Amino acid sequence: MTDALIDAVSAVFMVVGALMSLAAAIGLLRFPDLMSRMHAATKPQVLGLFLLLAAVGLQLRTWWVWPVLVVAWIFQLLTVPVSAHMVGRAGYRTKHLRPELLSTDELEAVVQQAAGKSGFTDDAGPVAEER
Amino acid sequence: MMQLVLTVTAVVLTLAAAGAIIRIARGPSLLDRVLAADVLLAIVGAALCIDMAVNRHLNNLMLLVAISIIGFVGSVTVARFVADRRENVRES
Repeated sequence: MTDALIDAVSAVFMVVGALMSLAAAIGLLRFPDLMSRMHAATKPQVLGLFLLLAAVGLQLRTWWVWPVLVVAWIFQLLTVPVSAHMVGRAGYRTKHLRPELLSTDELEAVVQQAAGKSGFTDDAGPVAEER
Repeated sequence: MMQLVLTVTAVVLTLAAAGAIIRIARGPSLLDRVLAADVLLAIVGAALCIDMAVNRHLNNLMLLVAISIIGFVGSVTVARFVADRRENVRES
C-alpha cells in the first residue's frame, strides 16, 4: 500500500519534471528575444531537477541518499543564477534585447550616468556651457 | 507503471531535446545558442535522473554534477567573451 503510494508520487514527479523540459523547449522556440528565453530556460534547471531528484530519493528508499541529492540540487541552485546573470549582462551589453518589449529598463539610467561621468562632452568645454 | 512512466518521459524529453537543438541551429545570436545548449544539458541531466529513479541505482550522480559544472563553466566563459558582430541590431 505504502509502496504503491510512493511509486505513484514519484511517477507524478518524474512526468512533471520531464514536462518542465518540454516547457523550456517550447519557450525557447516561441519567445521573441534573449531575455524572455532566459526566463523559460531556467525551469528544467531548478524546478525540474528538484522534482527528478525527489523522485530518485523516493524510489531508492534509503535515508542516506537524501543529503547527496540535496547537495547536487543546491549546487545547481547556486550556479544557475550566476550563469544566467552573466548571459543577461552580456546580452544587455551587446544589445541582444528588444527595448520595446521591456516594461521598465532600470539599467539604462545607470549606464547613461556612468557614460556621462566618464564622458568627454560633459561640463568641460564651451559646447556644454551653451546648453 | 514504471514502464509507462519511462515511455512517457522518454517521448517528452525527446521532443524537448529536439526543440533545444532547433534553437541551437536557428538561434540568431551566440547567446541564444549558449542558452539552448544549457537547456540541452539540463535535459540530459533529467534523462540521467529518470534512469536512476526507474532502475533504482545511483551510478549517474557524479555524471549529473559534472554535467552541471560543464554547463556553468561553458556559459559563463562564452558570456564573458562574447562580442556583437551583427550588422542589424534589431534582428534579435
